[in-house]
Amino acid sequence: MHDVNASRTTEASVPLTASAVLVNPVGLHARPSVKLTQCAKGFAAKIELALMADGPWTDAKSPVKVMRVKAPQGATLYFRVTGSDGEAALTAMLALVHDGFGEV
Amino acid sequence: MTEICLTGRAASPGLAMGPVTVLTATVASRKATGDPAREADALKAAIEGAITEISELIATVQGEVADILEFQVAMLGDDALAEGAYDAIAVGLAADHAWRSALDAEIAGYRAAEDEYFRARVADIVDIRDRVLAHLSGVSTVTKITGGSIVAGDDISPSTFLAADWTRGGAIALAAGSPSSHVAMLARARGAPMVVGLGAWLWNGRTPALALVDGDTGTVIFDPEPETRLLFEQRIAAANTARAAADAGRAEPAITADGRRIAVLLNIAAPEDLADLDPAICDGIGLVRTEFLFEASQGLPDEDSQYAVYRRILEWAKGKPVTIRTLDAGGDKPIAGLTIDGESNPFLGLRGIRLSLARPEVFRVQLRALSRAAVHGVLKVMLPMIADPSELDRAGAMLDAEFAALKAEGIACARPPLGIMVEVPAAALRAEAFGAAFYSIGSNDLTQYTMAAARDIGAVADLNDTSNPAVLALIARTVEAGAKRGVEVSLCGDAAGDTRLTTPLLATGLTTLSVAPVAVGRLKAAIAMVSS
Repeated sequence: MHDVNASRTTEASVPLTASAVLVNPVGLHARPSVKLTQCAKGFAAKIELALMADGPWTDAKSPVKVMRVKAPQGATLYFRVTGSDGEAALTAMLALVHDGFGEV
Repeated sequence: MTEICLTGRAASPGLAMGPVTVLTATVASRKATGDPAREADALKAAIEGAITEISELIATVQGEVADILEFQVAMLGDDALAEGAYDAIAVGLAADHAWRSALDAEIAGYRAAEDEYFRARVADIVDIRDRVLAHLSGVSTVTKITGGSIVAGDDISPSTFLAADWTRGGAIALAAGSPSSHVAMLARARGAPMVVGLGAWLWNGRTPALALVDGDTGTVIFDPEPETRLLFEQRIAAANTARAAADAGRAEPAITADGRRIAVLLNIAAPEDLADLDPAICDGIGLVRTEFLFEASQGLPDEDSQYAVYRRILEWAKGKPVTIRTLDAGGDKPIAGLTIDGESNPFLGLRGIRLSLARPEVFRVQLRALSRAAVHGVLKVMLPMIADPSELDRAGAMLDAEFAALKAEGIACARPPLGIMVEVPAAALRAEAFGAAFYSIGSNDLTQYTMAAARDIGAVADLNDTSNPAVLALIARTVEAGAKRGVEVSLCGDAAGDTRLTTPLLATGLTTLSVAPVAVGRLKAAIAMVSS
């Protein structure tokens, strides 16, 4: 389940935001964190995640930092993306979370 | 000598007895250079060395083990992990001290986690810490474990586990640890009994010589009294006999005590499940789940890649029948870009055949791939979540059309017989009304839809009981419809592998059961005990 409540602007300077619920059984643990950061590194955009809509924001390209978030199952994951390929990055992130990182 | 009996949590099943190997933290000494730049270089080289070492290890393993090691590589490759250590080195700390304190701070964060899955990662970070420290000092800190011994310690790292030979028996007894840890997963996969959470050791400084580990109940007995040891040895012998009998009987046909021949088929979720399996242990494959082909991260699979997988499975079966189920997405199996988000009750929503009929462009590709694969063996195709005969008819018409199109194109193909899963009470109640080539009872869904109780909701899980007379009556009704129409009826849900249900299931008249490969020996042994 996810909703893209983003202001869909073409200006790269304005961050895109969206959220998705973690549906995989054990939350954002080891394997999902690796998958998520690997996917994030495939984009030039700055990608951050948080457990609340207003942060604190964590670099989604760092497995060490993503693991520190300790996001449990059922938590809502907020994404904030800035950059030219931001829209594609956001779509990919949401798809990964929604897909349960292939674990469901 | 007084025996010490400790109770913890079972993390991997089975019984084991053996000499005790106590894991001790080896502290390797290292001479610091005193030069921050050289210390930073030493740490960098040690981290890179650790990454290379783990990467080499990854090449030799697969599946879960590889995932665990890839996580370690990802963590080590992230500069954020060593950030604190480099800061400390810059102000004059030695590389090993800096790394140890940075990692200990990281470990403390995991140890404090509310969620057990994150707490269980402590062992991974400790493993990472020690591997880099070993590279810094040039000494291996991984304790050598002799095969067949009982490993006792506070916790055990995946590296230590993987370095030991578990083919000769042995078990793990931990004061701390977690059933959710990576090592627990590895232990279950390798068949090593494991008990965690035993609490502080009460050895009073004297290391025990022998231990008995019961991974079924979660108990460990150190230095057992002779009579305790004798009883345990008898239990191990009984368990070994039972397992040997089940394994030996795996390749034998399943026959009840009163001489009824029961067909035992396999349920598989991916072709890899068949690796190392001899087709002789089964009478065919009763259920191939195809959801694995549709993992969203890889996009929807094209016709050729589906065909290749189906063909591989048919070739493995060497002429024995193979039943492949068309995509059963939706419900508890969402697929991004295919299933519907936000249904108020996904189990009563667009799932199984309903989704396939709603997305004909996706369904047609699967039907074409199946028709092409059908020339490579005895293929049967089954449709999930059928509730009304019109659904089968529509799917049948689509299969006919794809088969005709392939033939017109001159592509080798055959039209496989089309059967239905009976998992909705509406299908069981009037099974005769369906023109299906066979019926396969999906007992998991049939039970939850009949009893209106999900098995993963603890408060109502008791109601989710396949042996309830209402569920058994629907199964018997389906068997009867199959007999009247002269078509095969099988059962492929979890109930087939639950040997407590073998007698009531066979009493319904069922003669074909389909189970996971691991349950075949057990089921055949249970069938041999049944007499009507």
